[in-house]
Amino acid sequence: MEKTLYTITIFSENTVGLLGQITIIFTRRGINIETLSVSPSALKGIHKFTVTILTTLDVVEKVVQQIDKRVDILKAYFNTDEGLVSQEIALYKVATDKLLEMGSIELLIRQHQIHILEMNSTFVVFEKTGHYEETQQLFEELSETVGVLQFIRSGRIAITRSKVETLTDLLDNIQAKYGQAE
Amino acid sequence: MHYLIMNYALRIMNLKLTCLLESMETKITGAVALIRSMLTEGVDTIFGYPGGAIMPVFDALYDFDGQMNHILTRHEQGASHAAQGYARVSGKVGVCLVTSGPGATNVVTAIGDAMIDSTPLVVITGQVGAHLLGTDAFQEIDVVGITQPITKWSYQIRKGEDIAWAVARAFYIARSGRPGPVVLDIAKNAQLESIEYNYKPCTFIRSYIPNQEIDQNQITFAANMINQAKKPFALVGQGVVLAEAEEELKAFLQKADIPAAWTLLGASAMPTEFELNKGFLGMHGNLAPNLKTNECDVLIAIGMRFDDRVTGDLSRYAKQAKIVHLDIDFSEIGKNVKVDAPVLGTAKLTLPALTECIVATKHTEWIDTFKEHEVREHEVVIQKEVFPSTGEITMGEVVHKVSEATQNKAVLVTDVGQNQMIAARYFNFTQTRSMVTSGGLGTMGFGIPAAMGAKMGAPERTVCLFCGDGGFQMTIQELGTIMQEQIGVKMIILNNHFLGMVRQWQEMFFEERYSFTEMQNPDFIAIAKAYRIDGTEVHKREELDAAIADMLKDDKPYLLVVNVEKKGMVFPMIPTGAAVTDIMLGV
Repeated sequence: MEKTLYTITIFSENTVGLLGQITIIFTRRGINIETLSVSPSALKGIHKFTVTILTTLDVVEKVVQQIDKRVDILKAYFNTDEGLVSQEIALYKVATDKLLEMGSIELLIRQHQIHILEMNSTFVVFEKTGHYEETQQLFEELSETVGVLQFIRSGRIAITRSKVETLTDLLDNIQAKYGQAE
Repeated sequence: MHYLIMNYALRIMNLKLTCLLESMETKITGAVALIRSMLTEGVDTIFGYPGGAIMPVFDALYDFDGQMNHILTRHEQGASHAAQGYARVSGKVGVCLVTSGPGATNVVTAIGDAMIDSTPLVVITGQVGAHLLGTDAFQEIDVVGITQPITKWSYQIRKGEDIAWAVARAFYIARSGRPGPVVLDIAKNAQLESIEYNYKPCTFIRSYIPNQEIDQNQITFAANMINQAKKPFALVGQGVVLAEAEEELKAFLQKADIPAAWTLLGASAMPTEFELNKGFLGMHGNLAPNLKTNECDVLIAIGMRFDDRVTGDLSRYAKQAKIVHLDIDFSEIGKNVKVDAPVLGTAKLTLPALTECIVATKHTEWIDTFKEHEVREHEVVIQKEVFPSTGEITMGEVVHKVSEATQNKAVLVTDVGQNQMIAARYFNFTQTRSMVTSGGLGTMGFGIPAAMGAKMGAPERTVCLFCGDGGFQMTIQELGTIMQEQIGVKMIILNNHFLGMVRQWQEMFFEERYSFTEMQNPDFIAIAKAYRIDGTEVHKREELDAAIADMLKDDKPYLLVVNVEKKGMVFPMIPTGAAVTDIMLGV
């Protein structure tokens, strides 16, 4: 079966050790995590994980169910790229003198829609947002021309295109259906 | 009688006094809070072993004599398997209390075992003080990190005030939904801190829905599939026992006249003599149910997980059949076998819902086709394994005789290997929760401690352990616990001086290269005697009946060593990776 890049979205309670609980599920099956991004969600006390993995549909289905089953996980689901609006961010540090030597900085900045975050006599820090291919292309271009002193790329963050149940609705439904006992 | 009433009155007075005292004191230690929380959860028996980081709890236990029965085992592994045995027969949550570091690592096997076999367990481990966490302190180990992959929930308590909350949550998680183990790792300072005690039972966790609502569409869809079946076949797993749905199962099977077979952990969910019980599934199961798996037109899996020891080669497993799968755990649906009609929920509710929607019918012709295979298995395998008249004693005849001698009413506990498979095949059951075995993990050394726990969990029942000479020596130290507590377990060693199952594989698949499987054994009876446990060793067939009678004459612990044939084999057998239809009746 052909492997596809799947984006898994996970909402969890904010408890210690949850990242470990999630990653071991991938480890057991020998799946490499391509990117990972974790941050507080729009709801206080709930964290959102965005994980991308390269695998088959069969495997991603099972992995997501096993994640969803964990006690502290509120919801886990997966999408392919078509179902998502996604973004990554990359930072590039280049030497100021090399950059000035190269010239045509305006063209570079226009073509890649670069933001300059910091600039001094020794180095310049560029910021570029985009998909992996786009941030990678700039990295390669800079490497070939001025050289890259440091480079960092974030994990993917994503928003679904489809109308999914919002987390607030999900929590309200659970509370209404099962929470009376509390 | 008079004494009983007095005793009862005293207990009530004592209880009232305790309540009064409780309302008077404002603060208690975390250790006391832990014990009170457990008492509120209905715990009366725990298995454990003390050590530095759990000493405040053991000190507090000293004052709860008579309310909380603590069984001191001889090794933490023993405590944890005993808690499993206790949980499996009683249906209650098994509790195990150990110290940090090695105390905690010694219970890891049982935690993994309980996870894969869905056994409700709360394991409490002491931990170094919170200020020492992460510093490689004496007997510090990352218990949460180690146990997270093999628990439903693993939590470290660093403050005394969190104890009541965490205990409530732990018991709720361990016993609800698909049961499993929970670890509470309690830092020593939390045990010592003075806290306000306020216990609230846990009944709801928003991120954890153990019992999904039954979906009537799923029921109707599955029922239609079953109604159209000409050759339905049901597979019964432990889910039925855990849901206490044995009667619901019977009603379901009887209404549509569906033959059924059981997995290793589903043993005793149906009585052996139940007319639709067609036997044991899987690698060493019966011939008919294995063959019929690949002949039926609708396969109804009830609270089982299509383990590889049941299915063999998945690409040749029940491909002709529509699959109906009833399970409480949504992640089991489609995990191994593609399911046509999933039914989510507890069998306690899904089975009656299905029964209501299925049409009463008869499948006499289909059921009759099982017969020829039963006859064949009996002729080729069972006759000589269970009823031999000459030659060395076989494992099967010992199991059969013990089962008969208990009127098939005993709880069967097994170790792992040939003893386990033979016992599962030839022990007969008349009531549920009568099989305690390490199925998923296959833990040798499980037997003795699990039997102890089983006897504590069902003191009124006879508990018979079948164990190999190998597994017996893995937890042999628990004879000390049996002696001290006078736990009336009946232990039977099927002694072949070999690690029998591995030897069988070596004979069949490794050209009889018996690499490190032959064992020189001690005088087991002398060891039992050293522990003041009665016993007999049997060498000849003629001695067997009398020895079994002697073993069962009272409720005291007993060791029966039976020297069985050295190179006994367990058949039928489906070799690993083979299809269920490739089942072998011999070599």
